[in-house]
Amino acid sequence: MARPIRVLVAKPGLDGHDRGAKVIARALRDAGMEVIYTGLRQTPEQIVAAALQEDVDVVALSILSGAHNHLLPKVVDLLKKENVYDEMLVLGGGVIPDEDIPGLKESGLAEIFTPGTPTQVTIDFIKENLKRGL
Amino acid sequence: MFDKEKLAKIKQDQANWNENKVEKTLSKFPERRKKFVTGSNQEVKRLYSPADVDGLDYDNDLGYPGEYPFTRGVQPTMYRGRFWTMRQYAGFATAEESNKRYKYLLEQGQTGLSVAFDLPTQIGYDSNHPLSEGEVGKVGVAIDSLKDMEILFEGIPLDKVSTSMTINAPASVLLAMYIAVAEKQGVSSDQLRGTIQNDILKEYIARGTYIFPTGPSMRLITDIFEYCSTEVPNWNTISISGYHIREAGSSAIQEVAFTLANGIAYVEAAIKAGLDVDTFAPRLSFFFNAHNDLLEEVAKFRAARRLWAKIMKERFNAKSPKSMQLKFHTQTGGSTLTAQQPDNNIVRVAIQTLAAVLGGTQSLHTNSKDEALALPTEDSVRVALRTQQIVAYESGVAETIDPLAGSYYIESLTDTIEKGAMEYINKIDTLGGSAEAIEKGFIQKEIMDSSYEYQKQVESNDRIVVGMNKFQVKEESPKGLLRVDPVVGELQKQKINQLKSERDNQLIEEKLNKLREVAQGTENLMPYILDAVRAYGTLGEICGVLREVFGEYQQSVIL
Repeated sequence: MARPIRVLVAKPGLDGHDRGAKVIARALRDAGMEVIYTGLRQTPEQIVAAALQEDVDVVALSILSGAHNHLLPKVVDLLKKENVYDEMLVLGGGVIPDEDIPGLKESGLAEIFTPGTPTQVTIDFIKENLKRGL
Repeated sequence: MFDKEKLAKIKQDQANWNENKVEKTLSKFPERRKKFVTGSNQEVKRLYSPADVDGLDYDNDLGYPGEYPFTRGVQPTMYRGRFWTMRQYAGFATAEESNKRYKYLLEQGQTGLSVAFDLPTQIGYDSNHPLSEGEVGKVGVAIDSLKDMEILFEGIPLDKVSTSMTINAPASVLLAMYIAVAEKQGVSSDQLRGTIQNDILKEYIARGTYIFPTGPSMRLITDIFEYCSTEVPNWNTISISGYHIREAGSSAIQEVAFTLANGIAYVEAAIKAGLDVDTFAPRLSFFFNAHNDLLEEVAKFRAARRLWAKIMKERFNAKSPKSMQLKFHTQTGGSTLTAQQPDNNIVRVAIQTLAAVLGGTQSLHTNSKDEALALPTEDSVRVALRTQQIVAYESGVAETIDPLAGSYYIESLTDTIEKGAMEYINKIDTLGGSAEAIEKGFIQKEIMDSSYEYQKQVESNDRIVVGMNKFQVKEESPKGLLRVDPVVGELQKQKINQLKSERDNQLIEEKLNKLREVAQGTENLMPYILDAVRAYGTLGEICGVLREVFGEYQQSVIL
């Protein structure tokens, strides 16, 4: 039997807007996934350590502080350094201008979900794009 | 409001109407929905009549503006005297850039300033701290020392404007900087008017910019109450905020309940610290949200006023009527704005503006249409300010006081919200008060449940958000969004380095050591923070000393 998809929902950056992160965490859980939520103000190093420790399939990063161009690629780089990037799907969400999205994808984020995205869209994306077989 | 006989007849007539007219119509033309609800899921009936307000006692429940229980407003003439303060929350990048934006807003007819600080400032880190990387100047202005604050208010006479500062955990430090800038302008602290947010409990609940654990945080707050009661008597020492609680997804009832429960915690802490309730309570102020359900929001503001008045009088035995007045600032609801078809947001903001004004707000910030995408541009801020001016000068709603009073629906909803909020407050009391209820995750869980419920309604199209889940169009990416130049971080670092090479570092050392010593005891911290600020100690240095002594808050993660 396939094991459930494991997701780390993390909040890099200093902002405290966690409504989106919590909603997505619950929606993924209701969709049958195992969800770990880090809480606020996580450094890229802390996020990667949690991803390793929890052996997750997906790292979902929520940020609304405007520091996304700085912090999201850092998480990807650290995952690469730990040789787990090929196994983990990395997603971003939050108030992120469209024009920043191509650059973030180039740096290794699989998708960026902006305000108004139905949670089902994210759920489907995860199921279709998992890197590691269950 | 009606005698028994009249009321009985009304009830009978209504039953007849229901049976003869309504049922007949429904059989041919069913209603749009099985159940109608407000913006925060309170059931709405088809019709409200005197039967829904049969217990209403005009004198006790409504009374007159400027008199207990202040349901109809806190001032005797309200907007006939002067309009609410139009106060746009602004700040980004460096102090120089923000200073320009403030001067622009004042030229456009804005009547008060409202300072947004960047996240490192709000969390007590200097711009050169490793955690500040990428965050400097992004969501507000970066302030590292008195030097930056002097630039921020350059050319703005502090005895002439009132300034609101959205600052919480390090509120004492920023207030001290404001006092020090005023001193340099030759303005004494008793002439200063303004507000610091200074509401740590809602940071733990919803907003997230906490530093210290609950105990020391409450001490910092009561120290400010005490200090200001003699030194800065016209300053609003706290803005007890429901805004962020609502943004986190709470209902209107929860917004009132959790905000007033936090208010109770602050009053209790101050009384416990030995302050007389009537010396600090008149300087307490509140901050609420205005969402799209116009009538529910109006009822919410009225209910909050009445409930707070009762709490202050009955629970805390306040004697001065000023202690019982709930004065509040309003901001329109950021989370109601859509990234899709952003022009539609102008209309949402106009409705929310009406709600705030019909609800009797003392000041108002209107959001700009592009805020679901980025910080607002100068053009969109002007439209937001014009929205307030149109409501003030053209709509006519400000010409008489509390114009919706007496509406069966509004009065019934005001009662419902007050009762619902009171039930929550009782529950929080049994949990040991607000701080305990936060520690246990009760408040966060309640908000989370409401927020998730709302999300599910939107996703099932049970709740329509125009342009988002209905009436969509294909859109191009919006152009011309405001971007903060990443060079701001470097500029701030250079400024700190320069400051540290110019100032008297030995003096700073002494002031910080003294502060550490006082923090370990119980003496009021404000004068020592002010001393450190005057000597150009940085925000990070001052908060660093307090972090050493107090430790840091550990968030309980609730899903």
